[in-house]
Amino acid sequence: MKKMFDKNNTKKATRDSFVTYGIVILVFIIVQVMVGTGSMSSLMQGLLVPLCIYSIAAIGLNLCVGYLGELSLGHAGFMCVGAFSSAFFTKYMVDTGMNENLRFVLAIIIGTLTAALFGFLIGIPVLRLQGDYLAIVTLAFGEIIKNVMNVLYVGKDSKGLHFSVSDASALKMEEEGKMIINGPKGITGTPHQASFVIGIILILISLIIVYNLVNSRTGRAVMAIRDNRIAAESVGIPVTKFKLMAFTISAAVAGTAGVLYAHNLSTLTALPANFGYNMSIMLLVFVVLGGMGSFRGSMIAAVLLTMLPEVLRGLSDYRMLIYAIVLIAMMLFNWAPKSIEWRQRHSLKGLFSKKTKGVQ
Amino acid sequence: MALLEVKNLSISFGGLRAVDSFEISIQKGQLYGLIGPNGAGKTTIFNMLTGVYKPDSGIIQLDGKDITGKKTIDINKAGVARTFQNIRLFKEQSVLDNVKVGLHNSYPYSALASVLRLPKYYKAEKEMNEKARELLKVFGLEDKENYLASNLPYGAQRKLEIARALATNPKLLLLDEPAAGMNPNETKELMETIRFVRDEFDMTILLIEHDMKLVSGICEELTVLNFGQVLAQGKTKDVLNDPKVITAYLGE
Repeated sequence: MKKMFDKNNTKKATRDSFVTYGIVILVFIIVQVMVGTGSMSSLMQGLLVPLCIYSIAAIGLNLCVGYLGELSLGHAGFMCVGAFSSAFFTKYMVDTGMNENLRFVLAIIIGTLTAALFGFLIGIPVLRLQGDYLAIVTLAFGEIIKNVMNVLYVGKDSKGLHFSVSDASALKMEEEGKMIINGPKGITGTPHQASFVIGIILILISLIIVYNLVNSRTGRAVMAIRDNRIAAESVGIPVTKFKLMAFTISAAVAGTAGVLYAHNLSTLTALPANFGYNMSIMLLVFVVLGGMGSFRGSMIAAVLLTMLPEVLRGLSDYRMLIYAIVLIAMMLFNWAPKSIEWRQRHSLKGLFSKKTKGVQ
Repeated sequence: MALLEVKNLSISFGGLRAVDSFEISIQKGQLYGLIGPNGAGKTTIFNMLTGVYKPDSGIIQLDGKDITGKKTIDINKAGVARTFQNIRLFKEQSVLDNVKVGLHNSYPYSALASVLRLPKYYKAEKEMNEKARELLKVFGLEDKENYLASNLPYGAQRKLEIARALATNPKLLLLDEPAAGMNPNETKELMETIRFVRDEFDMTILLIEHDMKLVSGICEELTVLNFGQVLAQGKTKDVLNDPKVITAYLGE
């Protein structure tokens, strides 16, 4: 069944975005209470920051897939760029006695901007391609970034920075020099500064940016390009500009997720498990399952699918089997006409609006 | 001076000369028809006028300015808007938003203003909503503004396309088979709408159409195209009685 009405009417859309902010804040309060009363296992507490990370990354990818309508399989690459650039900055500044919080804020900004820069540079050639080709090129980009990070050696001594792509000894550093990026061993000893509070704040900021962008002149232009490029051009929409803008912002948001990732672990390495194409596809699953164009759905899918394997840990060998079955079941039921109808009838929006429009 | 002046316009695809030495001159405020059998090159001409194709030779002048071979976006900004033979709406957006996309260049504000929800955003959005609703009212779509464009009935989709084109504030409106797929009642209604648009917006309209009732009913002048060449040109009545035209349409 197709939806009859569009929720992107300005007022309704604003209400919709505030419902999402409300849910995020509500979840935050519940978690804080649970942590405070000690009713949350340490395993779950350890999952809180990763949940934020994947939610943010899924929000970023949804902007690209759901609104721009371009399939990107390289968002783990942008996360990787954000993670390494910010961790590099933090490691570089760690001895300078800079205020910790200021340093972290700067690290977030640097990680985000670097990912945005990569998004922009990759976007220029890639957005000329469409559909499958774009997916293939972005997939390759993600893999290249990951592999580059595995052979990159950067050290710092009194003379400044040393770079190499062969091994640590090729840096020719002084004795007291310090490794910052150590090839496959990555960046070690990044201060653990990411927390659930920071994660929630970053989720809210990302949400505000993407919601406000989507419900504006820019968002309409981006969606117009997605729906019909030729018609968009015929009414004077600069197609390349808006495609590039949406892709860059999408990459930047993924970069923010990367910053959080880097500052949540003491060792940052570019492994296939964290920044490989598996992660890109995982993000895509969040977006598709949560509903393309629904940022709230992306977050819910990200949270459920990240928690599920952990919750099922007790089942050991059957864990992934059940995970797969749940995934298929969610996919089927999420888009079944009956369940869509049920959701529309019992939607949260109904509680906030005075009159609900029936669906024909 | 004519609003649209086209001289010696030609384009070939491979060995096929799709349009050959096409000429047209449309005065401001005119309702002009472009007719011809299928494959005569009518839509190709529209595509050249709007920059989708680059002509091999010829000059297109709009209001004295040369727009030959420019990009679609720049031609739209210069004042040419169009509709499409196979409707091209922004299907997943609301009716209101479709028109607001058309208003994109008339109410500019930056992406930053929208992210930070600056006063400029609210002001521009309010004006856009007012303007878009005004346009929807002209086409009797004001009570359907929250519908998804793809859920409108066929006739209403055609009207919405015209509304969206008008939102770009053009000097010249190109309609590609506006009555295609409409029943006689809808066609009659459309004729009135087109005439109303011309009078209300002081618009110059060039339209491609197969429906002879519509063409003879509203067009003041006609150009008949056959195999990429101009077969006849002039006042509607004279052209439709031209033996050459009758032969082209009905055969020997």
